[in-house]
Amino acid sequence: MATYLIRRLLIAIPSLLGISVILFTILALAPGDPFSEMATNPNVPPEVREAIRASFGLNDPIMVRYLRWLSNMAQGDWGFSFASRINVDKLILQRLPTTLFVVGSSQILALCVALPVGIYAATRPYSVFDQIANTLAFVGFSLPTFFTGLLFILVFSVTLDWFPFVYRSDIAATGWRWYWEMFRQAIMPITVLGLFQAASYTRYVRSSVLDVIRLDYVTTARAKGLSERRVTLRHITRNALIPVVTLVALQMPAVFGGALVTEQIFRVPGIGSLLIDAILANDTPVIMAVTFVFSCLVVLFNLIADILYGWLDPRISFS
Amino acid sequence: MNEQEIRGMVADVKEGTLSRRSFMQRMAAVGIAAPLATQILIWNDVAMADATLQYKPTKAGGGGPLKILLWQAPTLLNPHFASGTKDQIASRIFYEPLAGWDKEGNLIPCLAAEVPTKANGGLSADGLSVTWKLKPGVKWHDGKPLTADDVVFTWEYAKDPATAAYTTGSYSNIKVEKVDDLTVKVIFQQPTPFWADPFVGVSGQILPKHRFGDYVGAKSREAPDNLKPIGTGPYKFVDFKPGDVLTGERFADYHIKNQPHFDTIECKGGGDAVSAARAVLQTGEYDYAWNLQVEDEVLKRMETGGRGKISAVPSGDIEFIILNTTDPWTEVDGERSSIKTKHPTLSDPKVREAINLLIDRDSVQKFIYGRGGIATASFVNEPKQFKSTKLKYEFNIDKANKILDDAGWKKGSDGIREKDGKKLKYVYQTSINAPRQKTQAIIKQACQRAGIDLELKSVTASVFFSSDVANPDTYTKLYVDIEMYTTTQPQPDPERFLNQFVSWEIATKENKWLGRNVSRYSDPAADEAYKAAQKELDPVKRAAYLIKVNEIFCEANVILPLLSRTRVAAALNNISHDHSGWDVDTWNIAAWYRS
Repeated sequence: MATYLIRRLLIAIPSLLGISVILFTILALAPGDPFSEMATNPNVPPEVREAIRASFGLNDPIMVRYLRWLSNMAQGDWGFSFASRINVDKLILQRLPTTLFVVGSSQILALCVALPVGIYAATRPYSVFDQIANTLAFVGFSLPTFFTGLLFILVFSVTLDWFPFVYRSDIAATGWRWYWEMFRQAIMPITVLGLFQAASYTRYVRSSVLDVIRLDYVTTARAKGLSERRVTLRHITRNALIPVVTLVALQMPAVFGGALVTEQIFRVPGIGSLLIDAILANDTPVIMAVTFVFSCLVVLFNLIADILYGWLDPRISFS
Repeated sequence: MNEQEIRGMVADVKEGTLSRRSFMQRMAAVGIAAPLATQILIWNDVAMADATLQYKPTKAGGGGPLKILLWQAPTLLNPHFASGTKDQIASRIFYEPLAGWDKEGNLIPCLAAEVPTKANGGLSADGLSVTWKLKPGVKWHDGKPLTADDVVFTWEYAKDPATAAYTTGSYSNIKVEKVDDLTVKVIFQQPTPFWADPFVGVSGQILPKHRFGDYVGAKSREAPDNLKPIGTGPYKFVDFKPGDVLTGERFADYHIKNQPHFDTIECKGGGDAVSAARAVLQTGEYDYAWNLQVEDEVLKRMETGGRGKISAVPSGDIEFIILNTTDPWTEVDGERSSIKTKHPTLSDPKVREAINLLIDRDSVQKFIYGRGGIATASFVNEPKQFKSTKLKYEFNIDKANKILDDAGWKKGSDGIREKDGKKLKYVYQTSINAPRQKTQAIIKQACQRAGIDLELKSVTASVFFSSDVANPDTYTKLYVDIEMYTTTQPQPDPERFLNQFVSWEIATKENKWLGRNVSRYSDPAADEAYKAAQKELDPVKRAAYLIKVNEIFCEANVILPLLSRTRVAAALNNISHDHSGWDVDTWNIAAWYRS
């Protein structure tokens, strides 16, 4: 087990280096300029613009810039944002709690919907409930979040006036009122994201439960005279959830990475909207940091998923 | 209008027989922008007007929260690093300049006790210096008094190239001296007719020496106050998350009595313009939203809810077309559109005249921009009352056809005009932006009917407006026949704005296409008039020179102005606000109130 872990971690290093080279080169080759806003401003003389570019090291060759970035990164210096001139790690940490809360809750919501619905539908295949659940799941993941998001805003904010559609990270209230306000503003983005995710989870859960339900040991359990409830929960679900756990583990980086579109629609100040703003402003250090952190998380959670798999399924060993 | 008439009108204003407002309007009618008209009055010792917003509340505070939605989120709060309007708006809540510009182009004192004039000894007769008197008793948010040292320091800070301040241009060629604790003298290297640039408006915010003193030059990025401002403004800083939200609370010691009205202020960022308009006009979640570049149709529909209203104020932004007189399809010495070449067809003034007649500016305004722009034929505008006596626009396809027929451009079998084997086929480029693509389509249709074929091209804004030397699609490269974009007059100074019409600013490979003259056209008469304007101290003569520069380019049909853009904002019905096209939206935020 330990040797396996070490081997996997060592393999991760070259792959992360490779990812960073590709990211950096693509960003350097992409058109655009962090100082484009200055270009149309007659008050900023060209010399000043050039001087600022030079002071930010933008005129050096790509290789030099990459090596500088890499050595700084190795020392824990993530660079600073061209747009706000503050350190990137600080910027990311500011956004992280909101993203964790919104995207995390939506994942929990998705599981809360998908597990019971998926299992129940699989135990009664082709029943009316199964048909309805299947149809809704199809509709759910066919509708993109930007569509459902706008639909929710039009119905619940503009027409019914129930919820605000601008997410605020600085609610002035305290105590219960704070929780109430937080709930009111978070409910729409969480529901939009959660239902979308729930739709695809439901289909996964249903199909993996269906795979398990026909196996011999389930019949044995029933033959022993165990109650249907016990059979479903102890014998079917536990075994059926192994692939689902992997799927959820692989979704975890997204919890940190935020939801690009939904965050933009509801103005949720998370990592996703930070990335979008940075891309629009050509703020390379921020784009680089966010995407790199994201790829680190993907590598890490792949590893975690593999380890979890072995732990859940004793047939797999790492030696 | 000649010099004599303008002088007569100034005399009328002095005597009180002509109101300031109608003076401005008459000046505007001949193409003299409001700030310049104001300068004419100041030069002739006519006192400045008061701020345009009547302030009704009788005590400071008690107004509850003010919630502003900036759909482009502010990312930093140091006004001298503010690259975009969003940052300038946010930092203006905390920092203030000596004076700001109201929507009619009047200079309104802020930290200054009064606007310098010749009468109060503020302006020297030779135009080499301006003396500003500071308002006594102004306090920084930490309780320290504002003194002349802070003003001098601001100059030292911004002029240092290592500071990398975006406002350097306003400070690098001047000297600032402290006269006494409340008086500073700005000394120019040469007679400077437009003196209201350093310490005024967007680039003029005064920084506290005791907070920034240790952070001049290369260390400027480390100043904690870049994100936690301590200024003199009506609101004190509370919290800031770059790219998300900014909060402030009322500053009890603010230097204007009974202001501000609101107890707290919140600026939220992110999202897009349409949903920002919706959050004000339809759901009323926010009090104010800025820069609503949304089609007027959409805004009108939202306004029917009756919760809020749209306000549009004139600005110096102009949407215009450049007809390239150099050849964009031949490479000379490693660059296309080189001034050594001549465009095969667009160098014919008759063709350019015809194209100008094919632009249906009225329809573009009516069907696309609505309240967001006013059709114009002049490059420099005072938009509200624009009626040029000399520059006029016309949409006349028959006339365009006749001009082309007379000039010998005959329609070929494909319906496209040609002469000596050269066809009137052009590439027409602009940035990606829905109203611009619609404008392109309108002009293309009209050109088709006159036998001119336009190929429409649109480039992503982030590429189009970049200064990327390697990219052929930037607007300064002008590797096309026809190009359209908006240029901003960020400060109400038409002189610096008009440097895009002088020969030494032509964008070439040599200056990495950083030159301001994108059209590449030049005229010795325009150069001469521009140089004369730079030196001319008499505002009336100076105005005449600058108008001439504008007219030379518009009459040559190289620059085809389309619309003078307005700044559009939305506010709830009960909010009295004051935004200006010559300054940032928050320039007078202390005087906003809820009724």
